[in-house]
Amino acid sequence: MRDLLILGAGPAGMAAATEAARLGLSATLLDEAEGPGGQIYRAITTGGASRAPLLGADYMHGATLAKDLMASPVEQIFTATVWDIAKSAEGVTLTYSRNGQAAQITGKTLLLVTGAIERPVPIPGWTLPGVMTAGAGQILLKASGILPERAVLAGSGPLLYLLAVQMARAGMPPLALVETQSTRDILRAAPLLLPGLRGWRTLLKGLGLLAELRRHGVRRITAATDLAVLGTDHATALRFRAQGRVQEIACATVMLHQGVVPNTQATRALRLDHQWLPRQRAFAPVCDASGATSAPGIYVAGDGSGIAGAKAAADAGRLAALTIAASLGHLTEAARRAQSRAPAARLSAERALRAFLDTAYPVPEAVLRPADGTTVCRCEEITAGQIRNWGRKGAMGPNQLKAFGRPGMGPCQGRSCALTLTELLAETHGSSPAEIGLGRIRPPLKPVTLGELASLHEGDTPL
Amino acid sequence: MKPAFRNLSPEAPCVEILWDGAPLQLPNGANLAGALLAAGIGTFRKTPVSGAPRAPYCMMGSCYDCLVTIAGVTRQACQVTVSAGLVVAPAGGSDA
Repeated sequence: MRDLLILGAGPAGMAAATEAARLGLSATLLDEAEGPGGQIYRAITTGGASRAPLLGADYMHGATLAKDLMASPVEQIFTATVWDIAKSAEGVTLTYSRNGQAAQITGKTLLLVTGAIERPVPIPGWTLPGVMTAGAGQILLKASGILPERAVLAGSGPLLYLLAVQMARAGMPPLALVETQSTRDILRAAPLLLPGLRGWRTLLKGLGLLAELRRHGVRRITAATDLAVLGTDHATALRFRAQGRVQEIACATVMLHQGVVPNTQATRALRLDHQWLPRQRAFAPVCDASGATSAPGIYVAGDGSGIAGAKAAADAGRLAALTIAASLGHLTEAARRAQSRAPAARLSAERALRAFLDTAYPVPEAVLRPADGTTVCRCEEITAGQIRNWGRKGAMGPNQLKAFGRPGMGPCQGRSCALTLTELLAETHGSSPAEIGLGRIRPPLKPVTLGELASLHEGDTPL
Repeated sequence: MKPAFRNLSPEAPCVEILWDGAPLQLPNGANLAGALLAAGIGTFRKTPVSGAPRAPYCMMGSCYDCLVTIAGVTRQACQVTVSAGLVVAPAGGSDA
């Protein structure tokens, strides 16, 4: 049995694994991708680094984390799809599929660093081919080296600026940025700037991106409302209201973004305590400063425990590794405290600007609680109106909704609709998302074939 | 249809796969979902509920809209690597 299992090879997972190995722990890192990086540093050890001039210095920071990981004795299992996580008296067992076979691996402790997913952006037409997330745009650029020809970026948040700049650097700027935040939102956020000044580096980067966008002549429209993607078999235009009139921009691709939210599939499957984060309008597992959750021996770090970005994730991973090492007797409490000081200080500075960003780029009401006709569950094609109707008929929570229809029960298992279901039920019942909660997640976390199940030898024999 | 995506490094060596029964040249070792998009495949499947067309939305294994079958097994195209001889088809039938 290993000392530590780490699920996810993004910044938090890479930094935690490297730190754990330095402290003498036997650690195993698992990830679904072909190599380390997670989504933010996707393909950092394969093709991504060759596009450094487009992607920028922040992306290349991932190469340092990956190099340190590769130089460490950490056992790394890639292309592994973990579909069950089980607690036992001795520790934790992960069950996963790899190359059509299934296997189990056990550890005394578990660090879940499963990162963030894009917040659902349910607007009319968001299920059409040609509509993607801004995160998808970034992944296509990093992993595949491809960019959309005639794209509109729409929504809100700094990631839209980064993607637009990267596209412009490649000579393929977006047709326009259609942004939902308004000057009023920026003014409302202004008082949060002073307490956020420790995050000045991030702020300067943002201002730099905006200046670069202006230099490239990228058109920006702000305070846009009533966004809808037009098209029958494929996106053909984005329609919106701005400056008092309805406008349309013809395009082949629409990339949507309203920030990212913690990916809670694994932490919810484990029935860890979760809390509602009112400013981020999302749920996250309850944890202390070291990432210790409500379950002994199970830790979280990085964006999966609340959105703070890649730099913060790496330091949160290091802090968790230090605490886990101390809990297993590899480090004295005094040494843990001393070695935690520097990463904790950096983490606090990285988090300082979040309140400003969350307030300056708020999620529009129409995205949180869409109009009745809008599809909210992409898999089962269920509209906001159906959810409200089932709520009025007595569905008090997301689990009861399943008895009325099948929202959250399709292939994605609620990844694309869970937050919307909760927001809609909270609205219908005049309560808060915190009271409504999220639906249950049950194994398998990802689909598994009968062949993979049949190949499983229980125990501790990694593939 | 004109591909909606441009490949920034088109010189990568290609291998032949089958998409919905027809041969297609895709970069060896590339991400399957990205490679299909770059090859001009605009629709990956039709939904079992209403028959609506779908294509990759999240590219990170979360949305399941890029579902295809590979040798008969339903897979997320964004989690598969291109290799010679892959037999790929739209999930849920070949009328996509």
